[in-house]
Amino acid sequence: MRHDHLISAAQLSRADVEAVLDRAAEIDADPAAVRERHAGTVLALCFFEPSTRTKMSFDTAMKRLGGETIDMGSVESSSVKKGESLADTVRVIEGYADALVLRHPSEGSAQMASEFVDVPLVNAGDGAGQHPSQTLLDLYTIRENAGLDDITVGVMGDLKYGRTVHSLSMALTNFDVRQHFVSPASLRLPQSVRYDLREAGAEVSEHEELAGILPELDVLYVTRIQRERFPDEREYRAVAGEYQIDLSTLAEAKESLTVMHPLPRVDEIDPAVDETAYANYFEQSHNGVPVRMALLDTLLDSP
Amino acid sequence: MSDHELRVSKIRNGTVIDHVAAGQALNVLAILGIDGSAGESVSVGMNVPSGRLGRKDILKVEDRELSPSEVDVLSLIAPEATINIVRGYEVVEKNRVERPDRVVGVLSCPNHNCITNANEPVDSKFAVLGEELRCEYCGTFVRESFADHIDAS
Ligand SMILES: [Zn+2]
Repeated sequence: MRHDHLISAAQLSRADVEAVLDRAAEIDADPAAVRERHAGTVLALCFFEPSTRTKMSFDTAMKRLGGETIDMGSVESSSVKKGESLADTVRVIEGYADALVLRHPSEGSAQMASEFVDVPLVNAGDGAGQHPSQTLLDLYTIRENAGLDDITVGVMGDLKYGRTVHSLSMALTNFDVRQHFVSPASLRLPQSVRYDLREAGAEVSEHEELAGILPELDVLYVTRIQRERFPDEREYRAVAGEYQIDLSTLAEAKESLTVMHPLPRVDEIDPAVDETAYANYFEQSHNGVPVRMALLDTLLDSP
Repeated sequence: MSDHELRVSKIRNGTVIDHVAAGQALNVLAILGIDGSAGESVSVGMNVPSGRLGRKDILKVEDRELSPSEVDVLSLIAPEATINIVRGYEVVEKNRVERPDRVVGVLSCPNHNCITNANEPVDSKFAVLGEELRCEYCGTFVRESFADHIDAS
């Protein structure tokens, strides 16, 4: 990778993505080969908002490479509560660690933090901004199931605040992918993402309903529509049902359709779907460890 | 007040900002942080007839020469402006404003959840893309009403 930090999916070229995914596949095939590869390396997990899965996934990835992790603990118990700036926090933690993973509720936080540290920094979610390591595991899952070229991907749910969607849609522009976005009008992709997709020459279209495009899809990526985004419960109820997947919804889908979800889900995907060949969200989640191992291996200096 | 009358009230040293879009004069003062508290003498002409613009605003600020970053930001709300530097009653420099590639530290990001609005030790930074600005941290676009986002602090 040309960069020491991973802040946004927009900085990933096709070659960058392929290098990480290939490495992840190698690791997946022979995890024992990298068991001591980063012995002595310390990764700092700086999570300013709770995220059990992403944090545990990075934690596991570092440990399986032979390294160790340190954790700043909950924000409530840290100096952040006393009003310390993020810039100061990461500069202090940089002194303890060889790399940093940052999850923070403000957009642009990872970009800013990376300007204050010299060790590699991975953006593990900045508010409604980006979540590029999630994107790498999403791409890995798509590649395993459908390939990454000449496919049609539908992305459905909260596209406005969904950082996993923002990163994924940008990364997909490196490949020959037709993208369909399905959401309530109020939760369309933000202007900045639409601008970047247009600039990247992406083939995209936007819809309010899934039905019309479902039969074309090779991949359906579902995200949660958050209740708190709606001014009143009735308005939420009115749209929420439209964006739920169950077996009857999928009757119109290709047999080979891959259904994905960054998890956690609430009621977007009926549990009955879990038992079908469509369901790939748990596999997707498991892919987080080898992909993050590959990413850390790429960003850290090789021993 | 006609253009002719304005020309009569010449300043000795300072800056004349001419060809400002009509109605933008007070925003220009806001950008420059001029509120009279430093004792500067400021003359403002608003809706003055102009051959080029139809109507324009014009400002004369005594004993103040604009810095390049001030001129950059000025260009966003007054793209047609000309800046005349006056010394000893003579115009010694006459410049058109030019759109910069980047505006640093002057506008605040309209995204309240942007890290640049969070009391961190960073300046706001916007890339200038045609007629729009884009926050280099959160990606949010600012169009047109730039004056609404002037960081008063
Ligand atoms: Zn911003």
